[in-house]
Amino acid sequence: MNFYIAIIDFNMGNLKSVSKILQYLNVQYLITSNQKDIANANIVILPGVGAFKDAIKNLKKMKLIEVLNEIVSNGTLLFGICLGLQLFFKKSFENGKHDGLNFIEGKVVPFDIDKVKKVPHVGWNNVNFINSNHYLFNGIPNNAYFYFVHSYYAIPEKKELIIGTTQYEKTEFASIVMKNNVIATQFHPEKSGKNGIQIFKNIIEHWKK
Amino acid sequence: MPLTKRIIPCLDINNGRVVKGTQFINLKDAGNPIELAKFYDKEGADELLFLDITASSNKRNILIDLVEKTGDQVFIPFTVGGGLRTIKDIREILRAGADKVSLNTAAVKKPRFIKEAAKIFGSQCIVVSIDAKRVIINSSNKKIKKEIKTEQDISFWWEVYINGGRTPTKMDAIKWAEKVEKLGAGEILITSMDKDGVKKGYDIELTRTLSDRLNIPIIASGGAGNPTHIVDVFKKGKADAALAASIFHYKEYSIKLIKDFCIKNGIPMRVN
Repeated sequence: MNFYIAIIDFNMGNLKSVSKILQYLNVQYLITSNQKDIANANIVILPGVGAFKDAIKNLKKMKLIEVLNEIVSNGTLLFGICLGLQLFFKKSFENGKHDGLNFIEGKVVPFDIDKVKKVPHVGWNNVNFINSNHYLFNGIPNNAYFYFVHSYYAIPEKKELIIGTTQYEKTEFASIVMKNNVIATQFHPEKSGKNGIQIFKNIIEHWKK
Repeated sequence: MPLTKRIIPCLDINNGRVVKGTQFINLKDAGNPIELAKFYDKEGADELLFLDITASSNKRNILIDLVEKTGDQVFIPFTVGGGLRTIKDIREILRAGADKVSLNTAAVKKPRFIKEAAKIFGSQCIVVSIDAKRVIINSSNKKIKKEIKTEQDISFWWEVYINGGRTPTKMDAIKWAEKVEKLGAGEILITSMDKDGVKKGYDIELTRTLSDRLNIPIIASGGAGNPTHIVDVFKKGKADAALAASIFHYKEYSIKLIKDFCIKNGIPMRVN
Protein backbone atom coordinates (compact mmCIF):
# COMPACT_ATOMS: atom_id res chain seq x y z
CA MET A 1 0.00 0.00 0.00
CA ASN A 2 1.01 3.58 -0.57
CA PHE A 3 2.38 5.90 2.05
CA TYR A 4 -0.21 6.66 4.69
CA ILE A 5 -0.55 8.02 8.18
CA ALA A 6 -2.58 6.34 10.91
CA ILE A 7 -4.28 8.65 13.38
CA ILE A 8 -5.12 6.53 16.40
CA ASP A 9 -8.73 6.80 17.48
CA PHE A 10 -8.98 5.79 21.12
CA ASN A 11 -11.90 7.97 22.15
CA MET A 12 -9.73 10.75 23.53
CA GLY A 13 -10.63 13.98 21.86
CA ASN A 14 -10.36 15.85 18.69
CA LEU A 15 -9.12 13.88 15.70
CA LYS A 16 -10.72 16.13 13.16
CA SER A 17 -8.23 18.95 13.53
CA VAL A 18 -5.33 16.59 12.84
CA SER A 19 -7.04 15.03 9.83
CA LYS A 20 -7.89 18.49 8.51
CA ILE A 21 -4.17 19.34 8.32
CA LEU A 22 -3.34 16.07 6.56
CA GLN A 23 -6.10 16.77 4.07
CA TYR A 24 -4.70 20.23 3.53
CA LEU A 25 -1.25 18.72 2.93
CA ASN A 26 -2.77 16.16 0.59
CA VAL A 27 -1.50 13.13 2.49
CA GLN A 28 -3.35 9.85 2.77
CA TYR A 29 -4.48 9.00 6.27
CA LEU A 30 -6.72 6.70 8.23
CA ILE A 31 -8.46 7.45 11.49
CA THR A 32 -8.33 4.03 13.06
CA SER A 33 -8.17 1.80 16.08
CA ASN A 34 -7.42 -1.26 13.98
CA GLN A 35 -4.11 -2.87 14.97
CA LYS A 36 -3.23 -3.94 11.48
CA ASP A 37 -3.86 -0.50 10.00
CA ILE A 38 -1.67 1.00 12.68
CA ALA A 39 1.10 -1.57 12.29
CA ASN A 40 1.26 -1.04 8.51
CA ALA A 41 1.27 2.77 8.56
CA ASN A 42 4.34 4.80 7.62
CA ILE A 43 3.66 7.32 10.35
CA VAL A 44 1.47 6.88 13.41
CA ILE A 45 -0.04 9.84 15.25
CA LEU A 46 -1.28 9.58 18.81
CA PRO A 47 -3.28 12.74 19.50
CA GLY A 48 -5.41 13.21 22.54
CA VAL A 49 -6.86 15.49 25.12
CA GLY A 50 -8.35 14.49 28.42
CA ALA A 51 -7.27 12.54 31.46
CA PHE A 52 -4.12 10.38 31.54
CA LYS A 53 -5.76 7.55 33.44
CA ASP A 54 -8.72 7.27 31.03
CA ALA A 55 -6.39 7.37 28.06
CA ILE A 56 -4.29 4.44 29.29
CA LYS A 57 -7.45 2.56 30.17
CA ASN A 58 -8.81 3.09 26.65
CA LEU A 59 -5.55 2.01 25.01
CA LYS A 60 -5.59 -1.17 27.08
CA LYS A 61 -9.24 -1.88 26.45
CA MET A 62 -8.79 -1.38 22.70
CA LYS A 63 -5.69 -3.61 22.74
CA LEU A 64 -3.49 -0.90 21.27
CA ILE A 65 -0.54 -1.02 23.67
CA GLU A 66 1.03 -4.01 21.99
CA VAL A 67 0.89 -2.51 18.52
CA LEU A 68 2.35 0.76 19.84
CA ASN A 69 5.26 -1.18 21.33
CA GLU A 70 5.65 -2.97 18.04
CA ILE A 71 5.92 0.18 15.93
CA VAL A 72 8.31 1.81 18.38
CA SER A 73 10.66 -1.16 18.15
CA ASN A 74 10.37 -1.59 14.39
CA GLY A 75 11.29 2.03 13.70
CA THR A 76 8.01 3.52 12.43
CA LEU A 77 7.65 7.15 13.36
CA LEU A 78 5.31 7.62 16.31
CA PHE A 79 4.19 11.22 16.80
CA GLY A 80 2.45 12.15 20.06
CA ILE A 81 0.52 15.35 20.60
CA CYS A 82 -0.30 16.92 24.00
CA LEU A 83 -1.72 14.05 26.06
CA GLY A 84 -0.02 11.81 23.49
CA LEU A 85 3.34 13.18 24.64
CA GLN A 86 2.50 12.57 28.26
CA LEU A 87 1.38 8.99 27.60
CA PHE A 88 4.83 8.14 26.21
CA PHE A 89 6.39 8.64 29.62
CA LYS A 90 7.03 6.05 32.29
CA LYS A 91 4.60 7.48 34.82
CA SER A 92 2.24 10.33 35.50
CA PHE A 93 1.20 12.05 38.69
CA GLU A 94 -2.09 13.30 37.30
CA ASN A 95 -4.64 12.62 40.06
CA GLY A 96 -2.64 9.85 41.69
CA LYS A 97 0.12 7.82 40.13
CA HIS A 98 -0.34 5.98 36.86
CA ASP A 99 1.91 3.94 34.61
CA GLY A 100 2.41 5.25 31.11
CA LEU A 101 3.63 3.59 27.92
CA ASN A 102 7.25 3.93 29.05
CA PHE A 103 8.77 4.81 25.68
CA ILE A 104 10.63 7.67 27.38
CA GLU A 105 12.09 7.56 30.88
CA GLY A 106 10.70 10.29 33.06
CA LYS A 107 7.52 11.53 34.63
CA VAL A 108 4.52 13.81 34.11
CA VAL A 109 3.78 16.31 36.88
CA PRO A 110 1.26 19.11 37.51
CA PHE A 111 2.15 22.79 37.27
CA ASP A 112 2.92 24.17 40.71
CA ILE A 113 0.30 26.80 41.50
CA ASP A 114 2.92 28.69 43.56
CA LYS A 115 5.09 29.10 40.48
CA VAL A 116 2.42 29.88 37.89
CA LYS A 117 -0.60 32.05 38.49
CA LYS A 118 -3.05 30.28 36.25
CA VAL A 119 -3.61 26.64 35.38
CA PRO A 120 -4.22 25.34 32.74
CA HIS A 121 -1.45 26.90 30.68
CA VAL A 122 -3.66 28.04 27.80
CA GLY A 123 -2.64 30.03 24.77
CA TRP A 124 0.25 30.80 22.46
CA ASN A 125 3.75 30.49 23.83
CA ASN A 126 7.26 30.36 22.40
CA VAL A 127 9.17 27.21 21.70
CA ASN A 128 12.91 27.57 22.06
CA PHE A 129 14.62 25.17 19.66
CA ILE A 130 17.57 23.42 21.28
CA ASN A 131 18.94 22.62 17.83
CA SER A 132 17.64 24.94 15.13
CA ASN A 133 19.11 22.70 12.43
CA HIS A 134 16.80 19.85 13.29
CA TYR A 135 14.57 18.80 10.40
CA LEU A 136 11.49 19.41 12.54
CA PHE A 137 12.19 23.15 12.45
CA ASN A 138 12.74 23.64 8.72
CA GLY A 139 11.09 26.90 7.72
CA ILE A 140 10.12 27.82 11.27
CA PRO A 141 11.85 30.65 13.12
CA ASN A 142 13.32 29.86 16.53
CA ASN A 143 11.03 30.91 19.39
CA ALA A 144 7.99 30.63 17.12
CA TYR A 145 4.61 30.56 18.81
CA PHE A 146 2.56 27.42 19.22
CA TYR A 147 -0.78 26.79 20.91
CA PHE A 148 -0.75 25.09 24.31
CA VAL A 149 -3.48 23.90 26.60
CA HIS A 150 -2.45 21.62 29.47
CA SER A 151 -2.23 21.40 33.24
CA TYR A 152 0.62 18.86 33.42
CA TYR A 153 4.05 18.67 31.84
CA ALA A 154 6.69 16.02 31.32
CA ILE A 155 10.18 15.84 32.79
CA PRO A 156 12.41 13.47 30.79
CA GLU A 157 15.24 11.86 32.77
CA LYS A 158 17.65 12.32 29.90
CA LYS A 159 17.89 16.02 29.06
CA GLU A 160 19.33 15.23 25.62
CA LEU A 161 15.88 13.99 24.58
CA ILE A 162 14.52 17.54 24.88
CA ILE A 163 14.61 19.37 21.55
CA GLY A 164 12.29 22.25 22.42
CA THR A 165 11.59 24.10 25.65
CA THR A 166 8.93 26.57 26.76
CA GLN A 167 8.85 28.99 29.65
CA TYR A 168 5.58 29.46 31.50
CA GLU A 169 6.18 32.09 34.18
CA LYS A 170 8.67 30.48 36.57
CA THR A 171 8.47 27.02 35.07
CA GLU A 172 10.49 25.90 32.08
CA PHE A 173 9.35 22.63 30.60
CA ALA A 174 10.06 20.28 27.70
CA SER A 175 7.68 21.20 24.89
CA ILE A 176 9.19 18.85 22.29
CA VAL A 177 10.84 15.54 23.08
CA MET A 178 12.36 13.00 20.76
CA LYS A 179 13.85 9.57 21.22
CA ASN A 180 14.84 7.74 18.05
CA ASN A 181 11.57 7.26 16.12
CA VAL A 182 9.36 8.72 18.86
CA ILE A 183 8.60 12.45 18.62
CA ALA A 184 6.13 14.35 20.76
CA THR A 185 4.96 17.91 21.27
CA GLN A 186 3.21 19.27 24.33
CA PHE A 187 1.61 21.95 22.17
CA HIS A 188 -1.00 21.35 19.48
CA PRO A 189 0.66 21.76 16.07
CA GLU A 190 -2.76 21.08 14.51
CA LYS A 191 -4.04 24.26 16.20
CA SER A 192 -0.95 26.40 15.71
CA GLY A 193 -1.62 28.02 12.35
CA LYS A 194 1.05 27.96 9.68
CA ASN A 195 3.95 27.03 12.00
CA GLY A 196 1.99 24.02 13.15
CA ILE A 197 1.23 22.97 9.59
CA GLN A 198 4.96 23.26 8.87
CA ILE A 199 5.77 20.81 11.71
CA PHE A 200 3.54 18.18 10.08
CA LYS A 201 5.05 18.94 6.70
CA ASN A 202 8.60 18.57 8.03
CA ILE A 203 7.83 15.24 9.70
CA ILE A 204 6.14 13.88 6.59
CA GLU A 205 8.90 15.01 4.25
CA HIS A 206 11.60 13.54 6.48
CA TRP A 207 9.88 10.19 6.95
CA LYS A 208 8.71 9.80 3.38
CA LYS A 209 12.29 9.37 2.20
CA MET B 1 9.29 35.43 26.61
CA PRO B 2 5.90 34.90 28.20
CA LEU B 3 2.59 33.39 27.28
CA THR B 4 0.91 35.88 24.95
CA LYS B 5 -2.43 37.57 25.42
CA ARG B 6 -5.02 36.41 22.91
CA ILE B 7 -7.22 38.27 20.45
CA ILE B 8 -10.41 36.36 19.67
CA PRO B 9 -12.91 37.45 17.02
CA CYS B 10 -16.42 36.33 17.89
CA LEU B 11 -18.94 35.13 15.35
CA ASP B 12 -22.42 35.61 16.81
CA ILE B 13 -24.64 33.46 14.64
CA ASN B 14 -28.34 33.92 13.96
CA ASN B 15 -30.08 31.98 11.19
CA GLY B 16 -26.76 30.97 9.69
CA ARG B 17 -25.41 34.51 9.40
CA VAL B 18 -22.97 36.47 11.53
CA VAL B 19 -24.83 39.24 13.32
CA LYS B 20 -23.94 41.92 15.81
CA GLY B 21 -26.26 43.67 18.21
CA THR B 22 -26.07 46.40 20.78
CA GLN B 23 -26.54 45.25 24.38
CA PHE B 24 -27.80 41.94 22.99
CA ILE B 25 -30.62 43.42 20.85
CA ASN B 26 -31.04 45.19 17.48
CA LEU B 27 -29.15 42.54 15.55
CA LYS B 28 -27.52 43.62 12.31
CA ASP B 29 -26.07 41.41 9.61
CA ALA B 30 -22.28 41.22 9.60
CA GLY B 31 -21.50 38.56 7.03
CA ASN B 32 -21.00 34.93 6.17
CA PRO B 33 -19.43 32.85 8.98
CA ILE B 34 -17.42 30.60 6.70
CA GLU B 35 -15.84 33.49 4.84
CA LEU B 36 -15.20 35.46 8.02
CA ALA B 37 -13.59 32.44 9.73
CA LYS B 38 -11.19 31.99 6.85
CA PHE B 39 -10.38 35.69 6.84
CA TYR B 40 -9.65 35.83 10.59
CA ASP B 41 -7.47 32.73 10.49
CA LYS B 42 -5.34 34.34 7.79
CA GLU B 43 -5.31 37.69 9.56
CA GLY B 44 -3.67 36.31 12.68
CA ALA B 45 -6.54 35.71 15.11
CA ASP B 46 -5.39 33.61 18.05
CA GLU B 47 -8.65 31.74 18.37
CA LEU B 48 -12.15 31.87 17.01
CA LEU B 49 -15.47 31.75 18.84
CA PHE B 50 -18.68 30.61 17.15
CA LEU B 51 -21.75 31.44 19.19
CA ASP B 52 -25.25 30.48 18.10
CA ILE B 53 -26.95 33.27 19.99
CA THR B 54 -30.56 32.18 19.54
CA ALA B 55 -30.21 28.41 20.02
CA SER B 56 -30.92 28.52 23.77
CA SER B 57 -33.80 30.97 23.70
CA ASN B 58 -35.43 29.14 20.79
CA LYS B 59 -34.82 25.79 22.51
CA ARG B 60 -33.21 24.26 19.49
CA ASN B 61 -29.88 22.68 18.72
CA ILE B 62 -26.93 24.41 17.19
CA LEU B 63 -26.34 24.18 13.46
CA ILE B 64 -23.84 21.30 13.29
CA ASP B 65 -23.34 21.56 9.57
CA LEU B 66 -22.41 25.23 9.78
CA VAL B 67 -20.08 24.56 12.71
CA GLU B 68 -18.29 21.98 10.62
CA LYS B 69 -17.98 24.16 7.53
CA THR B 70 -16.77 27.11 9.58
CA GLY B 71 -14.28 25.00 11.55
CA ASP B 72 -12.86 23.60 8.33
CA GLN B 73 -11.54 27.06 7.52
CA VAL B 74 -9.37 27.48 10.60
CA PHE B 75 -6.12 26.02 11.87
CA ILE B 76 -6.37 27.78 15.21
CA PRO B 77 -8.41 26.85 18.28
CA PHE B 78 -12.12 26.90 17.59
CA THR B 79 -14.67 27.28 20.38
CA VAL B 80 -18.37 26.69 19.81
CA GLY B 81 -21.33 27.57 22.01
CA GLY B 82 -25.06 28.15 21.98
CA GLY B 83 -27.79 25.84 23.18
CA LEU B 84 -25.52 23.00 24.33
CA ARG B 85 -27.51 21.07 26.92
CA THR B 86 -26.19 17.52 27.10
CA ILE B 87 -22.97 15.52 26.98
CA LYS B 88 -24.19 14.21 23.65
CA ASP B 89 -24.50 17.79 22.33
CA ILE B 90 -20.89 18.46 23.34
CA ARG B 91 -19.66 15.26 21.78
CA GLU B 92 -21.36 16.12 18.47
CA ILE B 93 -19.86 19.59 18.41
CA LEU B 94 -16.38 18.30 19.14
CA ARG B 95 -16.78 15.71 16.43
CA ALA B 96 -17.79 18.48 14.03
CA GLY B 97 -14.41 20.09 14.65
CA ALA B 98 -14.67 22.28 17.75
CA ASP B 99 -11.77 22.21 20.19
CA LYS B 100 -13.67 23.69 23.09
CA VAL B 101 -17.29 24.29 23.93
CA SER B 102 -18.82 27.27 25.61
CA LEU B 103 -21.59 26.53 28.12
CA ASN B 104 -23.94 29.13 29.49
CA THR B 105 -27.68 28.64 30.06
CA ALA B 106 -27.50 24.88 30.65
CA ALA B 107 -24.68 25.34 33.16
CA VAL B 108 -26.70 27.87 35.17
CA LYS B 109 -29.74 25.60 35.17
CA LYS B 110 -27.72 22.53 36.13
CA PRO B 111 -24.25 23.40 37.47
CA ARG B 112 -23.38 19.70 37.71
CA PHE B 113 -23.27 19.73 33.90
CA ILE B 114 -19.95 21.61 34.08
CA LYS B 115 -18.43 18.99 36.36
CA GLU B 116 -19.68 16.13 34.25
CA ALA B 117 -18.46 17.71 31.01
CA ALA B 118 -15.04 18.55 32.48
CA LYS B 119 -14.63 15.02 33.72
CA ILE B 120 -15.44 13.49 30.35
CA PHE B 121 -13.77 15.96 27.99
CA GLY B 122 -11.19 17.57 30.28
CA SER B 123 -11.26 21.07 31.77
CA GLN B 124 -9.29 22.45 28.82
CA CYS B 125 -12.34 21.79 26.68
CA ILE B 126 -14.91 23.57 28.84
CA VAL B 127 -15.34 27.32 28.64
CA VAL B 128 -18.14 28.72 30.76
CA SER B 129 -19.64 31.85 29.34
CA ILE B 130 -21.26 34.32 31.72
CA ASP B 131 -23.44 37.21 30.60
CA ALA B 132 -23.45 39.82 33.35
CA LYS B 133 -25.27 43.08 33.84
CA ARG B 134 -24.78 45.73 36.50
CA VAL B 135 -27.61 46.15 38.99
CA ILE B 136 -27.61 49.51 40.74
CA ILE B 137 -28.25 49.33 44.45
CA ASN B 138 -30.62 51.84 46.03
CA SER B 139 -30.35 52.55 49.73
CA SER B 140 -33.40 50.34 50.29
CA ASN B 141 -31.88 47.05 49.12
CA LYS B 142 -28.34 47.39 50.46
CA LYS B 143 -28.63 44.29 52.58
CA ILE B 144 -28.63 41.83 49.69
CA LYS B 145 -25.87 39.26 49.82
CA LYS B 146 -23.99 40.19 46.67
CA GLU B 147 -20.48 41.26 45.77
CA ILE B 148 -21.01 45.00 45.87
CA LYS B 149 -18.74 47.43 44.04
CA THR B 150 -18.80 51.20 43.98
CA GLU B 151 -17.77 53.31 41.02
CA GLN B 152 -18.29 57.09 40.97
CA ASP B 153 -20.49 56.88 44.07
CA ILE B 154 -22.82 54.35 42.51
CA SER B 155 -23.05 50.96 44.20
CA PHE B 156 -23.90 47.93 42.14
CA TRP B 157 -23.48 44.20 41.67
CA TRP B 158 -23.38 42.04 38.56
CA GLU B 159 -26.34 39.83 37.78
CA VAL B 160 -26.09 36.70 35.62
CA TYR B 161 -28.44 36.55 32.62
CA ILE B 162 -29.27 33.45 30.58
CA ASN B 163 -31.04 32.61 27.30
CA GLY B 164 -28.85 34.94 25.30
CA GLY B 165 -29.31 37.82 27.72
CA ARG B 166 -33.07 37.53 27.87
CA THR B 167 -33.58 36.09 31.34
CA PRO B 168 -32.21 37.51 34.62
CA THR B 169 -31.34 34.94 37.30
CA LYS B 170 -30.75 36.97 40.50
CA MET B 171 -27.39 35.18 40.67
CA ASP B 172 -24.24 37.12 41.47
CA ALA B 173 -21.80 36.84 38.54
CA ILE B 174 -18.65 36.88 40.69
CA LYS B 175 -19.91 34.15 42.99
CA TRP B 176 -21.12 32.14 40.03
CA ALA B 177 -17.69 32.42 38.39
CA GLU B 178 -16.02 31.12 41.55
CA LYS B 179 -18.36 28.17 41.57
CA VAL B 180 -17.75 27.55 37.88
CA GLU B 181 -14.01 27.31 38.52
CA LYS B 182 -14.54 24.82 41.35
CA LEU B 183 -16.76 22.71 39.10
CA GLY B 184 -13.89 22.30 36.66
CA ALA B 185 -14.26 24.90 33.90
CA GLY B 186 -11.00 25.59 32.07
CA GLU B 187 -11.72 29.20 31.12
CA ILE B 188 -14.34 31.84 31.73
CA LEU B 189 -15.74 34.07 29.03
CA ILE B 190 -17.25 37.10 30.70
CA THR B 191 -19.50 39.37 28.67
CA SER B 192 -20.62 42.70 30.01
CA MET B 193 -24.16 43.23 28.75
CA ASP B 194 -23.93 46.91 29.64
CA LYS B 195 -20.91 47.41 27.41
CA ASP B 196 -21.75 44.96 24.60
CA GLY B 197 -21.88 46.66 21.20
CA VAL B 198 -21.62 50.12 22.76
CA LYS B 199 -17.94 50.35 21.74
CA LYS B 200 -16.90 52.51 24.67
CA GLY B 201 -14.59 50.00 26.32
CA TYR B 202 -14.85 46.77 28.30
CA ASP B 203 -16.17 46.52 31.86
CA ILE B 204 -12.67 46.74 33.35
CA GLU B 205 -13.88 46.42 36.94
CA LEU B 206 -15.72 43.19 36.15
CA THR B 207 -12.81 41.63 34.29
CA ARG B 208 -10.26 42.62 36.93
CA THR B 209 -12.40 41.35 39.80
CA LEU B 210 -12.66 37.95 38.15
CA SER B 211 -9.03 37.78 37.12
CA ASP B 212 -7.85 38.62 40.65
CA ARG B 213 -10.21 36.15 42.20
CA LEU B 214 -9.77 33.12 39.93
CA ASN B 215 -6.93 30.86 38.85
CA ILE B 216 -8.28 30.08 35.40
CA PRO B 217 -7.92 32.31 32.33
CA ILE B 218 -10.46 35.08 31.79
CA ILE B 219 -11.67 36.05 28.33
CA ALA B 220 -13.14 39.56 28.38
CA SER B 221 -16.02 40.41 26.08
CA GLY B 222 -18.25 43.33 25.35
CA GLY B 223 -17.29 46.91 24.57
CA ALA B 224 -14.26 46.89 22.28
CA GLY B 225 -14.42 50.01 20.10
CA ASN B 226 -10.78 50.86 19.51
CA PRO B 227 -7.25 49.53 20.17
CA THR B 228 -6.92 51.45 23.44
CA HIS B 229 -9.89 49.57 24.86
CA ILE B 230 -8.11 46.31 24.17
CA VAL B 231 -4.87 47.52 25.77
CA ASP B 232 -6.89 48.64 28.80
CA VAL B 233 -8.65 45.32 29.27
CA PHE B 234 -5.27 43.56 29.29
CA LYS B 235 -3.41 46.08 31.44
CA LYS B 236 -6.08 47.32 33.81
CA GLY B 237 -8.57 44.49 33.49
CA LYS B 238 -5.88 41.77 33.69
CA ALA B 239 -7.71 39.72 31.07
CA ASP B 240 -5.94 36.78 29.46
CA ALA B 241 -7.80 37.17 26.19
CA ALA B 242 -9.92 39.85 24.58
CA LEU B 243 -12.95 39.05 22.48
CA ALA B 244 -14.24 41.49 19.91
CA ALA B 245 -16.80 41.39 17.15
CA SER B 246 -17.96 44.53 15.39
CA ILE B 247 -14.58 46.26 15.17
CA PHE B 248 -13.34 43.27 13.19
CA HIS B 249 -16.50 42.38 11.24
CA TYR B 250 -16.94 45.89 9.93
CA LYS B 251 -13.21 46.15 9.30
CA GLU B 252 -12.78 49.19 11.51
CA TYR B 253 -9.46 47.82 12.75
CA SER B 254 -7.45 44.86 11.55
CA ILE B 255 -6.22 42.22 13.97
CA LYS B 256 -2.68 43.07 12.95
CA LEU B 257 -3.14 46.73 13.79
CA ILE B 258 -4.58 45.84 17.21
CA LYS B 259 -1.71 43.45 17.90
CA ASP B 260 0.94 45.96 16.86
CA PHE B 261 -0.67 48.54 19.12
CA CYS B 262 -0.69 46.08 22.04
CA ILE B 263 2.98 45.21 21.48
CA LYS B 264 3.84 48.91 21.45
CA ASN B 265 2.16 49.09 24.83
CA GLY B 266 4.21 46.25 26.25
CA ILE B 267 1.64 43.47 25.92
CA PRO B 268 3.00 40.14 24.65
CA MET B 269 1.29 39.11 21.42
CA ARG B 270 1.76 36.41 18.86
CA VAL B 271 2.75 37.77 15.48
CA ASN B 272 3.52 35.63 12.49
